[in-house]
Amino acid sequence: MTRTFLGLPGPRPGAAGEGFPARAARAVRDSQLRFNLRKATRTIRARRAGVVSELPDWAELRRAGKAIKDHTLRNLDAYLLQLEEAVTRAGGHVHWAADAAEANRIVAGLVRATGETEVVKVKSMVTQETGLNEALLAEGITAYETDLAELIVQLGDDRPSHILVPAIHRNRAEIREVFAGRMAGWGRPAPEDLTDDPPALAEAARVHLRERFLATKVAISGANFAVAETGTMVVLESEGNGRMCLTLPETLITVVGIEKLVPTWRDLEVFLQLLPRSSTGERMNPYTSMWTGATEGQEFHLVLLDNGRTGVLADETGRQALRCIRCSACLNVCPVYERVGGHAYGSVYPGPIGAILTPQLHGMESELERSLPYASSLCGACYEVCPVAIDIPAVLVHLRAKTRHPVAERAGMAAAGWVLERSGRLARMQRLGGRLRRLAPERLPGPMGGWSDTRDVPELPAESFRAWWERTDGGRR
Amino acid sequence: MSSRERILARIRAAVAGAPDVEIPRAYRGAGDLPDTGLVDLFARRVGDYRAVVHVVPETGAAERISASLTARGARRIVVPGGFPEPWPSVPGVELMTDGPGLGAAELDTVDGVLTTCAVAVAETGTIVLDAGPGQGRRALTLVPDYHLCVVRADQIVAGVPDAVARLVPDRPLTWISGPSATSDIELNRIEGVHGPRTLEVLVVT
Ligand code: SF4
Repeated sequence: MTRTFLGLPGPRPGAAGEGFPARAARAVRDSQLRFNLRKATRTIRARRAGVVSELPDWAELRRAGKAIKDHTLRNLDAYLLQLEEAVTRAGGHVHWAADAAEANRIVAGLVRATGETEVVKVKSMVTQETGLNEALLAEGITAYETDLAELIVQLGDDRPSHILVPAIHRNRAEIREVFAGRMAGWGRPAPEDLTDDPPALAEAARVHLRERFLATKVAISGANFAVAETGTMVVLESEGNGRMCLTLPETLITVVGIEKLVPTWRDLEVFLQLLPRSSTGERMNPYTSMWTGATEGQEFHLVLLDNGRTGVLADETGRQALRCIRCSACLNVCPVYERVGGHAYGSVYPGPIGAILTPQLHGMESELERSLPYASSLCGACYEVCPVAIDIPAVLVHLRAKTRHPVAERAGMAAAGWVLERSGRLARMQRLGGRLRRLAPERLPGPMGGWSDTRDVPELPAESFRAWWERTDGGRR
Repeated sequence: MSSRERILARIRAAVAGAPDVEIPRAYRGAGDLPDTGLVDLFARRVGDYRAVVHVVPETGAAERISASLTARGARRIVVPGGFPEPWPSVPGVELMTDGPGLGAAELDTVDGVLTTCAVAVAETGTIVLDAGPGQGRRALTLVPDYHLCVVRADQIVAGVPDAVARLVPDRPLTWISGPSATSDIELNRIEGVHGPRTLEVLVVT
C-alpha cells in the first residue's frame, strides 16, 4: 500500500516516527489538558446519554444506520456513479481525486480559475486529512477557517484535538490570549477590552469573521452526507458559519470522502436522528443545510476523494471503519482518550476511530501507526455508543495481529515458550529465581523498562507454588 | 486510466464477493408517531433551545407579530415575497421586500427577518425552510441578527421521518433548531455566533 498523506505535517511536536506511548506520556503530564478533557468528555457523555434514552427506537435506528452504510459500501461504485449523474443534472461539476495531492491540485485549480486568492472554509475533516490549507498557501491562496474552534486552532497555530470540539484542549483564558494576540494578524483585531467570558469571546469571533463572510467569493466545505439518489449534500453545524460559507460565496467547492454516501433521500431520516444525538448530545443541531447541485445562482463543484479508502474497503474486518459518521461519541467515552487527548493519536482522526482508521488509511510503516492499535484497553465502550455499530475493539485486535509485536514482547514470549514447554525446565528456572530474588531490580532492564515504568515489578516468592505443594503435599504435611 | 476509473476499479475489486445486506427499518418511520399534542410538544422543544415561542390563534397573529417587532425595537425588517397578505402594519417598523438592492452587506444592516416555514418537527423542535413562498432565499434568514418565524399548526409533523417524507430534496433546505449556538469554549453553550442570535417562533393555531 502506498503511503497516504493523513494530515501529519512536518515540524510539529511529535513527528510520525514517534509512537503513541511517547505522545501519550507527554499529554498526560499536561494537567490543564487533562482537566479540560475530563470536564468536556463528561459533560458531553451525560448529554448524549440523556437524548439517546429519549428515543424508544434507538437500537432499531442504529441497526438501520449500520445496514444502510454496509449496503452503500457494498455497492459504492454504482452509488458514486448515481451521485455523479444527479449532481451533474442539477448543474454541479464532479471531480474525482485518487489521493490527497490530487484533491488539493483540483481545489487549487478551481480557486485559481475564479481569480480569487482568499477562501473561507467550514469545518471539514477531509481537507485537514489532505492538508489542503498548506497546499493552497503554497499556491498563494489563503484559507480562512470559520468554525469557532477551528479559528482558535488556526490563530493559535495549533492542531485540532477532537472531531467535534477541535479546541477542547484550550480553556477560556487560553482562548482569550489567542484572540487578543493573533486576530489582528489575520483581519479585524479583537476588541481592546476582550475578557475571557465565553459570550464575549464568541462575539469577538462573530465580528472578526463577519466582514470576511460578506466579502469572500469562494468557499470550501465538507459534507456529512451525500445522497446518491438526488445528488443532495448535507451539512450539520451549530454556529451558522457553515450556512455563511454555503450560501454567500459565488463558488462553492465541497470535498467529500467516497464513504460519505447514502443511497436514498429517505435514508436521511435515520442519520438525522443518529448523528446529532450521538455527537453534540442534542435532539437536533442548530443548523442543517441541504442543497442539490448549483443552488441560487452559485457555481458548485464536488470533489470525491479516495485517499486510501478503497484500501480499507478491501479488508473484510477493517472496512466497517468506513461506516463512521464522525460523531465523536467514541472519543467521549474512551478512558484512554479522556486522559491523553487528541494530539497523541498523531492524525486528524483521534480517539478510538482514529486508532483504527489512521493505520488503515495510512499504512503501518511508522512507529505511530504500528502503536495505534495498542492505544486501547479494549473495554468496548466505543462500540456500545457507536451509532453505526462499528466494532472498534474487533478491528483493533485484527490490526494488532497485522503488526509485528515489539521486540521485547517477542523475545519474552519466545523465552516463556521455551521454559513452559517442559515442566522440568520450569521447576529449574523457578528454583533459580527464588535463589536470586534479592537481586531482582525495581526497574526492568533494557526494552522491558517501559513495562516497569508504570508498574511495580512483582516480588519473586522464595518458593514456587509447585515446590510448596510437593514439599507439603498440598498443605497436609 | 483516469482517477475516476481507477477509484471505481479499486472499489469493484475490494468488494467482489462480499455479501449485500438487507436494511431493517424497524424504527418509527413516517406516520408511526402519535400525531396528537404536536403544538404543545413543538412549543416545549423549541423552548428548550432557548428560543422564544408564542402560540396564538390565527386572529391574533398580526397583533403578536406587531408586539414582537415593537418589543425588539426593530426599525427595518425584511419580509420575503409570498408572506401571507395582508402584512401587519407595525408603527415605526418598515417592512421591506427582498430585491436586487439587498446584497449581503445591506442585509447585514437590517434588524431582522419575518418568514413562514415549510415544515416543523415536534419531537426535535425544528423548523425547516425550503425557500418557498414567505421564506425567500437562504441569506435572508442568515445574515440579520433576528428571525421571527411563523409556523402554522398544520405544518407541524411528529418526527424527523415525517419531515423527510414531506420535503422536496431539490429545493435548498435549512433545518433550524434554536438560535445559532456554539459549545466550543469549555462546552458552555453560547447562543449566537454567526446566524441570528435571537429566534422567535410564532405558532398559529
Ligand atoms: S466510530 Fe462510531 S462513535 Fe466513533 S466517530 Fe465514528 S460513528 Fe461516531
